[in-house]
Amino acid sequence: MTQRPANIVLEESFLDVRAKVLEIAAVLDRVDRSLQEDTTLDEDISVRRDKIHDAIRLLLSEGTDRAERVQLLFSRKYSPAWRSELKVD
Amino acid sequence: MDYIDPHIHMVSRTTDDYATLARMGCVAMSEPAFWAGYDRGSVDGFRDYFRQLTETEPKRAAAYGIQHFTWLCINAKEAENVSLSRDVIAMIPEFLDAANVLGIGEIGLNKNTRNESIIFLEHLELAIKHNQSILIHTPHLEDKFQGTRMILDMLSDDKRIDRTRVLVDHVEEHTIAEVLDRGFWAGMTLYPITKCTPERAADMIEMTGGERLLVNSAGDWGPSKPTAVPDLIFELRRRGHRESLIKKVVYDNPIEFFSQSSNFKFKPRDAS
Repeated sequence: MTQRPANIVLEESFLDVRAKVLEIAAVLDRVDRSLQEDTTLDEDISVRRDKIHDAIRLLLSEGTDRAERVQLLFSRKYSPAWRSELKVD
Repeated sequence: MDYIDPHIHMVSRTTDDYATLARMGCVAMSEPAFWAGYDRGSVDGFRDYFRQLTETEPKRAAAYGIQHFTWLCINAKEAENVSLSRDVIAMIPEFLDAANVLGIGEIGLNKNTRNESIIFLEHLELAIKHNQSILIHTPHLEDKFQGTRMILDMLSDDKRIDRTRVLVDHVEEHTIAEVLDRGFWAGMTLYPITKCTPERAADMIEMTGGERLLVNSAGDWGPSKPTAVPDLIFELRRRGHRESLIKKVVYDNPIEFFSQSSNFKFKPRDAS
């Protein structure tokens, strides 16, 4: 399938992406402002923040499969041996 | 453009939604059995629900010129109650000859547990025994990748399964390729937060070409938008795609998949 010119794709998406990046920045700021008053994040919540940080780093990597890699980052792992692990015949 | 929504839960929607969908071009829909928002307590609760799906909803839809089809099962969230699940599976054949039943669905996994897997396999046996097509729910969010792979393993391990009669729904970027590569149909669900936007769905159509690919709103009682399929049509047009490609995904593909069910007697709008 023919792809549209990258200039057009980026131009028409720019404001939308800008708004979404700002939303992420504002959420991270909100968390850090709260942390200045509280002590630390709970361990399970901290893991979630680390996942978000990993996802942001992933966005700056090269390739045409970032969406798929972000999905996998937020996914539980699959074990091919799941049937024996769960005892499902 | 006439379109078909292959996955929408109209028992949760108002009559006004039927009217809106008709005005947006929806000419047919299929409604898989799903979770009501609470766990039902008896097989008779499901029997009443299946009467709603096979008797009431077709009439509500027909009042707005929409043809209504359905799929029957006990959903994965209630599969932890294995005893009730088996009672429901034993009762389903009472409804398989109803005029709008296309097959067994939406069966699948939720939290990817042993009991869910057992009941999924028993649903497959039911579908095979009665020569039914199958519509599959894949889990949400962090459970989707693992659960989809488990489902594909169970389907692929059973050589009696005709993959062209199985629709694996709610695919996203990390599951779509595996589903299509293994020869199944794939469905994309347009949900505002937890699944797929029209823009991302358009990306996946561009990447796969749209073969064996369906798109649905899965409109239900939660945050969802029953007119999401027209949103995708608009996005594809905005990107300059051919009308023939758009029609293929939102109309021709559902007809091709559903036509494998003996009860799918669809009448196009311009048919005499």
